[in-house]
Amino acid sequence: MNKVYADARSALAGLLKDGMMIMAGGFGLCGIPETLILAIRDSGVKNLTVVSNNCGTDGKGLGILLDTRQIKKMISSYVGENKTFMQQYLAGELEIEFNPQGTLAERIRAGGAGIPAFFTRTGVGTQIAEGKEVREFEGHRYVMERGLVADLAIVHAYRSDTEGNLMYRKTARNFNPPMATAAKVTVAEVEQLVQPGDINPDQIVTPGIYVQRIVPVPNAVKHIEQRTVRKRQKADAPAGAGVEV
Amino acid sequence: MPWTREQMAERAAKELQDGYYVNLGIGIPTLVSNYIPPGMSVQLQSENGMLGTGPFPFEGEEDPDLINAGKQTVTELPTTSYFNSADSFAMIRGGHIDIAILGAMQIAENGDLANWMIPGKMVKGMGGAMDLVGGVKKVVVVMEHSAKNESKLKHRCSLPLTGAGVVDMVVTDLGVFTLDKNGGGLTLIELAPDVTLDDIRSKTEASFKVANTLKQ
Repeated sequence: MNKVYADARSALAGLLKDGMMIMAGGFGLCGIPETLILAIRDSGVKNLTVVSNNCGTDGKGLGILLDTRQIKKMISSYVGENKTFMQQYLAGELEIEFNPQGTLAERIRAGGAGIPAFFTRTGVGTQIAEGKEVREFEGHRYVMERGLVADLAIVHAYRSDTEGNLMYRKTARNFNPPMATAAKVTVAEVEQLVQPGDINPDQIVTPGIYVQRIVPVPNAVKHIEQRTVRKRQKADAPAGAGVEV
Repeated sequence: MPWTREQMAERAAKELQDGYYVNLGIGIPTLVSNYIPPGMSVQLQSENGMLGTGPFPFEGEEDPDLINAGKQTVTELPTTSYFNSADSFAMIRGGHIDIAILGAMQIAENGDLANWMIPGKMVKGMGGAMDLVGGVKKVVVVMEHSAKNESKLKHRCSLPLTGAGVVDMVVTDLGVFTLDKNGGGLTLIELAPDVTLDDIRSKTEASFKVANTLKQ
């Protein structure tokens, strides 16, 4: 069975339907499947519910699908970098369901692992817990959250073999591996496509069982949201030190 | 003299201990990394999936695949490890992080913390803050004592909560308070230089006790 597709459009062919739920990997603009996002824009599919930690920035990442008004609802933890989002939200054109970031990640992990619900301390006593079951375990209160399964997951990986065994690079991993497990179909865009045997099996993060379609994106553009650097003479600066530019 | 942002960060850094795993929030908390004492080994966690977060890169060496939770470019250290977002919050929720230092809009005398939204004005989302305050062993808040001449230390938070009864310590520009989450309330333990107890009383809405050992 061939999982490799020539381009993002053919990799998504037959998968897109109005009103569907899509998970999109990435944290900010890091590790986002932007080539697949552009192909979703070009398909014209609409009324999407999108599960993603953020919603891109203006004109980048998922911001592309806000500009074309293809998103009906976001399930996210933080959307503060996007003015278009705010305008559409305040105008009542866009729904948002905020999830604490760890709850969002765990809902996705649970969905992929066949767990319909779980209890967490996160959000107990806040408006996040309103309307949800709260139960006490060993003297602490926990709120019940539900697993999430999407119709489609789009993820970005650094390297894949033709079986869909995926490796990620640095912090571009983020939400991509759990999302790859939590959808009926997962499409991965990959910077490097190699042959089976070319990846050390010990270094595979997402086994190919989770990946149905692969599209190579050797020239994918990567964005930097906050470019922070330090001067050469501060070579011994402690962790986190530096100047913002 | 009230403390500057840097001095507040320096004071918060005194809560670090050798071997700690630490999560620093955006803003003043980020400056805490500049005051880790020489010889002390702490590992900084970035909740986007990195432990052992290094300093900002040299100009020209920025890597779009290597950022912290504030989406700033950072670098790797010899101790660095990477993991996915679900593992990152398992680490946080599971109580494996020793301390989180973060900012706040309001703190209440019962340890409630609000820092994620202002209804009708600021609707950005909570990011990882709710998970951090609910899961990390010790929560230290660093914030200005007042905003627009209004005390940020309240009897009760008027803004939607990030966490209920979660704060252990508050460092403001005027002093340091500890919080007893088992109903013991807020206690003033330190004053910034030349700040008096009367100054603090006049600028604090929350009820608080004064420690016998108060350093003035």
